[in-house]
Amino acid sequence: MAVTDVRPRPAAAPRPSPVPPPRRGFLAHVDAKWSPYLFIAPFFVIFAIFGLFPLAYTGWVSLHEWDLGGAGAFIGLDNYADLFGDPDFWNAVVNTLGMLVLATVPQLLLAMVLASLLNQKLRGLTFLRMGVVLPIVTSVAAVGIVFSQIFDRDAGMVNGILGLFDVAPVDWRADKWSSWTAIATMVNWRWTGYNALIYLAAMQSVPRELYEAATVDGASKVRQFRSITVPMIRPAVVFTVIVSTIAGMQLFTEPLIFGQGGFAISGGSLRQFQTLSMYMFEKAFREFDYGYGSAVAWMIFLLITLLAVVNFLVARRGN
Amino acid sequence: MRGSQPLVYLTLLAGIALSAFPLYWLFVVATRTNDVVGDWPPPLVPGGNLGDNVSRLFSTEDAHFLLGMANSAFASVTVTVAVVFFSSLAGFAFAKLRFRGRDGLLLVILGTMMIPVQMGIIPLYMIMVELAWQNRMQAVIVPSLVSAFGVFLMRQYAERAIPDELIEAAKVDGCSTFRIFWTVVLPALRPGAAVLGLFTFMGTWNEFLWPLAVLEADNPTVQFSLSQLSTTYYTDYTLMFAGALVATVPLLLVFVAFGRQIIGGIMEGAVKA
Repeated sequence: MAVTDVRPRPAAAPRPSPVPPPRRGFLAHVDAKWSPYLFIAPFFVIFAIFGLFPLAYTGWVSLHEWDLGGAGAFIGLDNYADLFGDPDFWNAVVNTLGMLVLATVPQLLLAMVLASLLNQKLRGLTFLRMGVVLPIVTSVAAVGIVFSQIFDRDAGMVNGILGLFDVAPVDWRADKWSSWTAIATMVNWRWTGYNALIYLAAMQSVPRELYEAATVDGASKVRQFRSITVPMIRPAVVFTVIVSTIAGMQLFTEPLIFGQGGFAISGGSLRQFQTLSMYMFEKAFREFDYGYGSAVAWMIFLLITLLAVVNFLVARRGN
Repeated sequence: MRGSQPLVYLTLLAGIALSAFPLYWLFVVATRTNDVVGDWPPPLVPGGNLGDNVSRLFSTEDAHFLLGMANSAFASVTVTVAVVFFSSLAGFAFAKLRFRGRDGLLLVILGTMMIPVQMGIIPLYMIMVELAWQNRMQAVIVPSLVSAFGVFLMRQYAERAIPDELIEAAKVDGCSTFRIFWTVVLPALRPGAAVLGLFTFMGTWNEFLWPLAVLEADNPTVQFSLSQLSTTYYTDYTLMFAGALVATVPLLLVFVAFGRQIIGGIMEGAVKA
């Protein structure tokens, strides 16, 4: 990567010289007609084989008894029937949704505050922006390792700080709420600044005149924020909600690292923080029950689609 | 407004302190010894043990940390080059060339951009078994060689950055379409390509679920290797932190060199979304 300058620049044409005679006839015709397809082919071929096909085939596998030995009997929707009666599955659904809420709501609210603070004439703006997005360049497992230590029962800083206020040490891994909080903190920490920049960009494209007019009319800053800023950056908000929802439904690395030791993939000894992705992984790659694991994967996919559609509808109704 | 400025600065600085602190703590613990990590008040300045911890890390054989770093570096570079190249190629075609079915195919790309393809990893694993690619790096690399998001991004960029006259002129000069792409389009796409490349590099470096499924502990990626450390040596904080630090350094270097572009890229993407 030898590129350093990202400013859009007018492309100076490096003219091929000396100028060859214009090509005519058959070859040029073939080139014009087929080159576009050739150019888009790599994407479509690789994406079809390694992206779309596996996703669709997951549905087919989920209709079978399927293990290491290969495809077994076709059993229709039996895997799904088992799944709906499987407390571990529902446990994972609840955990995933719980962490999704704990990780998305504070993250986006904080991002909004941060963005409106950054959206002023400030000195050192570049430094401030860099500081805000610093977390996204931390390698993801490293985030898990650092926060696992910070939230450790005995050695962790959070319990140390709580101790200053006479709060007894919390065993963060021990039950649902505490472990969800710790894991959601990792996600919040990592993505708040990223979302803040997205909001900031949207805020900067709101016409100044709107605020000037509102000021003339005597609207307070808070009122201006509610009645001008929020509606105007709505598309950016919808975008971040959908993106964080999709990512949150697939949460995997942070809880897995937080788990430590032998119970990592089950999200604690009582599955208190096992997410859907972890459950799918456990079924497919620890117990080698491909059929059942595929049913879980397909359910995650359906849930994501459902949530995305709900987000979209809510966003549209509000317009 | 003027009067509230100090408060704004103070709040922002507090925010930045919070966002930087875990990284700083990562560094502090990596330079310390295990017996002081859990102290209260915690040790807040770096110690002199970084070298020891890192060499302990490299000699922890079952973590295969160096191999993990090398694997991830190789995968990240390969995937980045491929994604940038294929996305530019397809993005150029969608933005500037006329062909039958163009709009329909572009819709397909838009529609697949948000699809969580990771949910297909079980059949993907079966494909790798068929190809005998389990525990080999091509299993991690090949599926990531293209990106719907990348094609979309480069299409948007090409639309704005490349004047039609430029392509017409090159055509009149008798250039083949690929020649036009290579000599005229690709240089003009460089800024957009840089942003896509940065995000692709960071994304590949951080990939975890799929490598964990298809690789074994003796041939890991860097994130896989870190997770091995955290399951086996979870009481040895300085060892884990040394690993986490070393695994973050390449991303930090990218950030130091290209921070402005990263920020520009995030904000750019938001405007179009």
